[in-house]
Amino acid sequence: MEIQEKVIFEGDLDSTFLDEIKDKSFSDEINRCIQCGTCSSSCPMVTYMDYTPRKIIAMVKHGFKDEVLKSFTPWLCASCYNCQVKCPSQIKITDVMYTLKREAIKANTYPSKFPIPALAQEMTKLIAKKGRSSELWLVLNMYIRLKDPISPLKYTSTGINLMKTGRLSLKKEKIKNLKQFHSLLKAVTEEKK
Amino acid sequence: MREFIYYPGCSVKAGGKHYEESLLPVFKEIGMPLDEMEDWNCCGATAYFAVDEFMAAAICGRNLSIAEKEGKNVIAPCAGCYLTMKKSNTFLKSGHEKAKKILTDLKNNDCEYKGSLSVIHPLEVLTDDIGLDKIREMVKNKLTGLKVACYYGCQVVRPYTEFDDPDYPTKMDDLMEAIGATPVDYTAKTRCCGGSLAGTLEEVGTGLNYVLLKEAKKKGADVIVTLCPLCQFNLEIPQNKIVAKYKEDVRIPILYFTQLLGLALGIPKEDLGFSRSIISLDKMWAKLRNGGSNEQ
Repeated sequence: MEIQEKVIFEGDLDSTFLDEIKDKSFSDEINRCIQCGTCSSSCPMVTYMDYTPRKIIAMVKHGFKDEVLKSFTPWLCASCYNCQVKCPSQIKITDVMYTLKREAIKANTYPSKFPIPALAQEMTKLIAKKGRSSELWLVLNMYIRLKDPISPLKYTSTGINLMKTGRLSLKKEKIKNLKQFHSLLKAVTEEKK
Repeated sequence: MREFIYYPGCSVKAGGKHYEESLLPVFKEIGMPLDEMEDWNCCGATAYFAVDEFMAAAICGRNLSIAEKEGKNVIAPCAGCYLTMKKSNTFLKSGHEKAKKILTDLKNNDCEYKGSLSVIHPLEVLTDDIGLDKIREMVKNKLTGLKVACYYGCQVVRPYTEFDDPDYPTKMDDLMEAIGATPVDYTAKTRCCGGSLAGTLEEVGTGLNYVLLKEAKKKGADVIVTLCPLCQFNLEIPQNKIVAKYKEDVRIPILYFTQLLGLALGIPKEDLGFSRSIISLDKMWAKLRNGGSNEQ
């Protein structure tokens, strides 16, 4: 059996990570976390997460950048804002989770086989192109991105039920003034450079 | 009285059609017909914030500018659109450097936004602008004896808490009471349905929504009423899978609050999108016919 060192020393951590996340999520309050665990106990998704929200905040504070940006936790945040309104230190935890999602995409460390980041990126792509989202096409694009032809089959009965009640639209929606929309997106993109 | 322009959002044009089909006749009936915003774009939902938050604010800014040109506040029935637009509106008005830049981009692209608007949910308009007394007067068919569990979900009540209590809101319950129905004490009313995660991660969808359905059943509700197309979808669609998985009959109709309100205002039920329900409404109709008794 190979013995591996499990301890991470301070020197391995990223001391600038906290400031980076504070700045990008407009959340100076992260420093004030008292590790009470109210966020974790109020989270409906906590049982599926690899690190609880309390741990994520602690890890951000102490610079566990690699671990945090590879974690499933931000992607399992359903944006219910329960932790955010309950946090006794008023930390904008949901907004921090959003920042971690964006940073994980930038660093290309997000779990790429996991449907949620695929859904977010495909939806963004679809909207940027057409100005609108179309449910059916979005879901199909997501499974194409995941190279997963099997999972959509699980939703056959859902599709049939929606079709029977006239709730499944095959139409690819788009806005009329796409020229203006694309020009706006371009202007916002260029500014970031 | 504040004036409003209707921002539908993508969902009520597809899976959540019956929300729009009941919302528009209700607002017409109360004397406040809603015009749809011209050439609106998707709000970006939770997805855009996860990828690019400034772009998310910019595309919402385009919608806000369209409404501002008409001089009307935005009414958004979907909880996702409501929060996304409200959050972007707050950011654009914040005076932050990045916000100022986005406002300039909007201006340069013929969609200037001066920041004069509010984003409102139709439930707020009904309870705060119209008022429950006026609605009580307009009721033609009281929904006597119908027990409803009012489900608010997350994004209308959080993180902005001026709408109502973030844990135990009562605006929808009060409205249901005003039309003669009986709201049950539904403690799960703001527990998350999973949002966009529920549809893609089946385990999550069935797990979270089992809790919501079970609690409503336990409290004796005949129906669950919702105010968001995604909540409606997540609560209704997996019901058969939930019954199979948990071996417990938790099936219950999932309606929009506007459908029941329309019924009470005397709008024909054929015009309120009830035929789009996947779960049978037979028991509910029987109960309404019998004034709240379960006997057929």
